Amino acid sequence: MSESTQHHQQADEKGSARTVSGAEIQLKDVVKRYPGQKNAAVNDLSITVPAGEVVMFIGPSGCGKTTSLKMINRLIEPTSGTITIDGDDIRGRDADELRRTIGYVIQGGSLFPHLTVADNIAVVPKLLKWDKKRIAERTEELLDLVGLEAGRYRDRYPRELSGGQQQRVGVARGLAADPPVVLMDEPFGAVDPITRQRLQDEMLGIQRELGKTIVCVTHDIDEAIKLGDRILIFSEGAKIEQYDTPENVLAAPANDFVADFVGAGSTLKQLSLSRVNELNFVDWTTARIGDDAQDAVRRAEAAGQECVVVLDDRGRPIAWPWNRNLRRASTIDVKRREELVTLDERATLNDALDTMLSSSHAGAIVTDARDKYLGVVDFESVTAHIRTQEAAAQEAQEARSEEAAS
Amino acid sequence: MTDLATPPSTSASTPAEGSGGFRTWLSRKGVTRETLGMLVVPPLLIAAVFVGFVIWRQTAELDSIEAQQLRWSEIGTLFREHLALTVTSAIIVVALAVPLGIALTRGALRRAAPIVVAVANAGQAAPSVGLLVLLFLWLGSGFWTAVIGLSLYGLLPVLRNTITGIQAVDPTLVEAARGVGMSNVGTLRKIELPLAIPVIMAGVRTSLVLITGTASLACFINAGGLGEIVQTGIALFRFSLMVTGALLIALLALFIEWVGRLLEIAYRPKGV
Repeated sequence: MSESTQHHQQADEKGSARTVSGAEIQLKDVVKRYPGQKNAAVNDLSITVPAGEVVMFIGPSGCGKTTSLKMINRLIEPTSGTITIDGDDIRGRDADELRRTIGYVIQGGSLFPHLTVADNIAVVPKLLKWDKKRIAERTEELLDLVGLEAGRYRDRYPRELSGGQQQRVGVARGLAADPPVVLMDEPFGAVDPITRQRLQDEMLGIQRELGKTIVCVTHDIDEAIKLGDRILIFSEGAKIEQYDTPENVLAAPANDFVADFVGAGSTLKQLSLSRVNELNFVDWTTARIGDDAQDAVRRAEAAGQECVVVLDDRGRPIAWPWNRNLRRASTIDVKRREELVTLDERATLNDALDTMLSSSHAGAIVTDARDKYLGVVDFESVTAHIRTQEAAAQEAQEARSEEAAS
Repeated sequence: MTDLATPPSTSASTPAEGSGGFRTWLSRKGVTRETLGMLVVPPLLIAAVFVGFVIWRQTAELDSIEAQQLRWSEIGTLFREHLALTVTSAIIVVALAVPLGIALTRGALRRAAPIVVAVANAGQAAPSVGLLVLLFLWLGSGFWTAVIGLSLYGLLPVLRNTITGIQAVDPTLVEAARGVGMSNVGTLRKIELPLAIPVIMAGVRTSLVLITGTASLACFINAGGLGEIVQTGIALFRFSLMVTGALLIALLALFIEWVGRLLEIAYRPKGV
């Protein structure tokens, strides 16, 4: 860990304080030319990635985004130009030692199959010669951070985990030595959409807590909009087409290339900018296991609802049965825990619509980071939110045109 | 943040109670029912055939030449010689072929790999008797001449499997290892070699069996071994000696192949 790593508070746009433990990355006139190729893979790239921000690299395949990423940890050496992290030229350091101070997360996790989960996470701490106790504590902490129970998963081998779990361990491995900078190469590309959404939400939560500087390559514009503080859109030769916040990229694409890339339906894409916790939740009827079923049904019917959210003793939703199924029971009991798909409050409206469309309830249960029940959202709450947003935008525009007129 | 996805439940991940412990251990080691059969059947077969041979040997009417050649002490000596030839050659093969194979997957030497494999291929394609005789003409008779010949002969499988095994390691894993800060040597030691071990060990097993069989020719250059029983049988036309020699060599080869399998399982990294 470099001593110059900054630990200070920085206020983000929403005014709340946020931790920054990241370091600034600067690329200056970076060129990468492969022998025998006419055009440079990366042609004169200069960017600054501010400390503590998430920058998403996106562009068509072969545009040099991955090459640019890998030059930051010297997996690929630039032909010319300088790259600095926190002001230090990365060429001034031994490549292996440099990489130990930069987190690296790869598609699918790329876990070492012959090492246990704990040993996979401990790879970098071991290289840094931490003592055993410290490594064990850190492993525990990280498994907790990525939502895996340490006691259950520590000694498992990667093949005994699902794709999403492997990816979580991959993230934990990248964060193991608490690096100020984390590089991610299509981290969530290899998992199914629901798991991907979950992992993205979790990554946002982790990032809010840690404030690393993250550079992430993706090919999914929705992912870029959702995760990025800034998006860098590349065209061939790693030419910068636009480097701006997701809001600005959507509202004002710099040129036709960006507009094409972002694609049609950018109002729809705006859905990726709003979070579920900005919505007004519907107050749904809830009941706990062991409660009187008839009472719950009565309360639901009084509220005009056809189903009841069942919570466990820690307030986490576990089932969403229909009234007609509860009528015959005396107390509420969940025999078979169904795979209840819930929505993280940090998920985007896009994710919310996705979840609702695949649910038979025409709605989705929202939970917080600890899986506790918060409320229910339905299509109406989403459209209501869009309407208020549109109204606000229109008002702002009218105000602007009035200003211009006067 | 609980998991949406439950882990693919494998028998390996849930340690079975009590007596299931051994089975769990086996399945962790990647031992399936078929391989378990391959582990249990050969030693039983070898033991059964050997017991049959002992009974025949103790009860049959042998003439003086047969009795001379089939003394237990004589068989024991030849067996020890055969085993010494095999094990020494195999150790030399591993000591040479594994480092050579590793070197041929690194840096600039990578380009030399096909050439070296071609040479080793030629070494194996050459008739083994011819190879031994040529070495005899050059170096004279004896144990070490035979060992050199056998080592040359057994080099290829280990060399080829070392190269293949290392090349077959998923390149994204190698890049992941380098990407988190492992050195070139560290990546080889901690990632590439452990993952290549099953393939390398399969090569060692093939090589061991080849050497065991070929060592029966060592008697032609006066280096002993069970081949002598066969040779005596041919020279003096004693059918019983020919069969005995061939049988004992076959049993030893089977036994060595079985040991090779055990080594393969013992050295296989967990979780693969």
